[in-house]
Amino acid sequence: MKEFTFKTGGVYPEENKMTKDSPFVPLTPPAIAVIPLSQHIGAPNTPIIKVGDRVKIGQVIGSANAFVSAPVHATISGEVVAMELRPFPLGTKVQSVIIKNDFKEEWVGDLKGIKSLESSSKEDLIKNIRDKGIVGMGGATFPTAVKLSPPKDKVIDVVIANGAECEPYLTTDYRVMMEYSEKIINGLLIEMKITEAKHGIIAIETNKKDAVLLLEENVKKRRIDNIEVILVKTKYPQGGEKQLIKAVLGKEVPVGELPLEVGAIVQNVGTLKAVSEAVFEGKPLIERGVTVSGSAIKRPGNYTIRIGTTVTDIIQQTGGLTKKLRKLIFGGPMMGIAQSTLEVPVTKGTSGILFFGEEVLEMAPQDEMPCIRCSRCVDWCPIGLMPLLIDHAWRREDIKLTETLNATDCIECGVCSYVCPSKRHLTENVRNAKQKILKQRKIEAAKKAAFEKIKALKEKKAQEAEEKLGEGEKVNG
Amino acid sequence: MDENLVDLIVTSSPHIRDKAKVSLIMRGVLIALMPATIAGLYFFGVGHTLGVIIVSILSAVVAEYLSCLIFRTKATVYDLSAAVTGLLLALTLPPSSPYWMVAVGAFVAIILGKWIFGGIGSNPFNPALVGRAFLMISWPTYMTIWVKPFTQSVFPPTSAITTATPLNIIKLKGFSELLTMFDGSRLIMYKSLFLGNVAGSIGETSALLLLIGGIVLIAKKIIDWRIPAGFIGTVFILSAVFNRDPIFSILSGGLFLGAFFMATDYSSSPITVKGRLWYGISLGVLTVIFRQFGASPEGIMFSILIMNCFVPFFDKMLPRVYGHLALKRRTSI
Repeated sequence: MKEFTFKTGGVYPEENKMTKDSPFVPLTPPAIAVIPLSQHIGAPNTPIIKVGDRVKIGQVIGSANAFVSAPVHATISGEVVAMELRPFPLGTKVQSVIIKNDFKEEWVGDLKGIKSLESSSKEDLIKNIRDKGIVGMGGATFPTAVKLSPPKDKVIDVVIANGAECEPYLTTDYRVMMEYSEKIINGLLIEMKITEAKHGIIAIETNKKDAVLLLEENVKKRRIDNIEVILVKTKYPQGGEKQLIKAVLGKEVPVGELPLEVGAIVQNVGTLKAVSEAVFEGKPLIERGVTVSGSAIKRPGNYTIRIGTTVTDIIQQTGGLTKKLRKLIFGGPMMGIAQSTLEVPVTKGTSGILFFGEEVLEMAPQDEMPCIRCSRCVDWCPIGLMPLLIDHAWRREDIKLTETLNATDCIECGVCSYVCPSKRHLTENVRNAKQKILKQRKIEAAKKAAFEKIKALKEKKAQEAEEKLGEGEKVNG
Repeated sequence: MDENLVDLIVTSSPHIRDKAKVSLIMRGVLIALMPATIAGLYFFGVGHTLGVIIVSILSAVVAEYLSCLIFRTKATVYDLSAAVTGLLLALTLPPSSPYWMVAVGAFVAIILGKWIFGGIGSNPFNPALVGRAFLMISWPTYMTIWVKPFTQSVFPPTSAITTATPLNIIKLKGFSELLTMFDGSRLIMYKSLFLGNVAGSIGETSALLLLIGGIVLIAKKIIDWRIPAGFIGTVFILSAVFNRDPIFSILSGGLFLGAFFMATDYSSSPITVKGRLWYGISLGVLTVIFRQFGASPEGIMFSILIMNCFVPFFDKMLPRVYGHLALKRRTSI
């Protein structure tokens, strides 16, 4: 079987996928759920319940009228005891609904899905996906319904199911593929119908060959001839949207554009499973598979966890810690976000929670050495950037230069920092430069808009004055 | 939850790092140089030759240590880069070099070649070659005494039989004269050059062992193949153009040592992939020009030092960024 991959850059970090053979085990729903009201990229949601309300599982508690948004549902039944700012995995605080569990596990009503794909319209399917709060579960949390509603003039040829899962430690997607292969194919078929894409591709890294065989068998059994399962090389960041498109289609997404510009939509396999459940079962996104791993947790494994379950709960339910916890990471070790508190909840975008002890501090030493210009960061950057030059420019506060060096194209995959023998914080500095540039651009745009507004206003006034003058002349005349 | 069990620190991603360290890379280079070093000892006698190598490395390390004191920076002796510079310098010196001269060369290499520019990573020229160039200019006689293999006694070095290097002989007497030294057989000449059984600097004579070390460095991804390939390939092709025996040209002199171990010095070579290829090619062009038209038979050292000046130019050969369909012209870097 042919192995696809992107050409420039990429590394092969130690996999550490020790939870590979642990099937999903459901955790007991938490006594107190902390459900952030906005769990997606896009417009924030507004609460549609009050403190004191009783809610049932699957009840919408936050929604928005904006196009780029996804509603949030109650994940346990019980009483809303508070609504306040609570820690969020992105390091910020987000308005959250705190629900006290009555352990009655009452659903908001009978879940109803569609009967068959053939008899449903595109609009119905999209509505289902939107109403059930489905967002990209690979971590980006882009509302799925929005992704599936491209502008009319764009033609989508292919929907790519992303089963690469290139982050070390994480096995969530792998387990989803092994346990819910049917649903992944269903989800893919749904999305192909919505986008009118002729092809479906399921891309899986070579270190998960059994998942490839399983999905291939399923596709064959169901006699689906427009879905193809392909192998992509085990290489980080193979699962990055841009890298996967390059690997699978040989195309590059133009700067500042979305994958649909090259006729493709990329969806994480977990998202496809959720799409299938939303459409065929009417099930909202109230729980998700999470890899719990790392050296400091007693029982690593894959768990099905209700959204809103805090880390404290997860530690207790998985048998506790084995040693002093020094680093708590939401996501994988390459791109995940370190947390400062155990009070953060699982959200729709939480693919993994990693617990590390003292040893991880050795892995990311604070002492930077001088850059020796070995250019490893250049050779391994999957985007073709010059991390060391951007880093030098950032340290000199030369923002203009970082912009010339395309710092804004950085996908923040962490490869440059990973390979640096001098242990310099390249990714961090490139990210900082990128954010600064974007901020400046925003300010600049706002300035320009304000300037235009004032100009228009002045012109209007001048015109009015002229008209008045004209009228005056008339009177005088 | 037990409070004592949790003490979270927050840092930026990535949270794991590759094992690569500067000292590990430098150790790799030292290991890759071992075959050529041992060959030098074998051909030119363990006694004095070993002394030259030890004096060079020790002086370089001492100079590095003193520089750290003078420039008040963290001790960088343990990153082994000074040791690499010391060993490289030794390998470019004649086997009979006096110890005092070796020590001076190592000090110049480290202090003038590296530290006045700011230490590791900041030197625009290859430090070992800066040291060698200094010695070449200061004591040209000592720097051009070549020892015939297997003739240098342990002490004193003067008991060795001196001779000329193959490139020297060509320069002075022509190719046919050189060939008579190898019984008129090109094959025997190639073999001697390939194995290292000829006069020359301590570490430059055995093309085979340098090649092995170089391939190890390429395989371990410590150096990029483009610099040596561009360098050696260009010398091969251009020599043929100038009607010089191309195989002789690539096997003689310090080409392999320069191409694999000197031109690839991180600080003084280009950081871009494309730049490295063109850098290698330029080095080849310059070397052939030096050998053909220059006053001295060798051209490797000055080729590299001269091209070091142009590295900022090669650094502008930026790779194409993902999603940028046409390579934009960038002017202000």
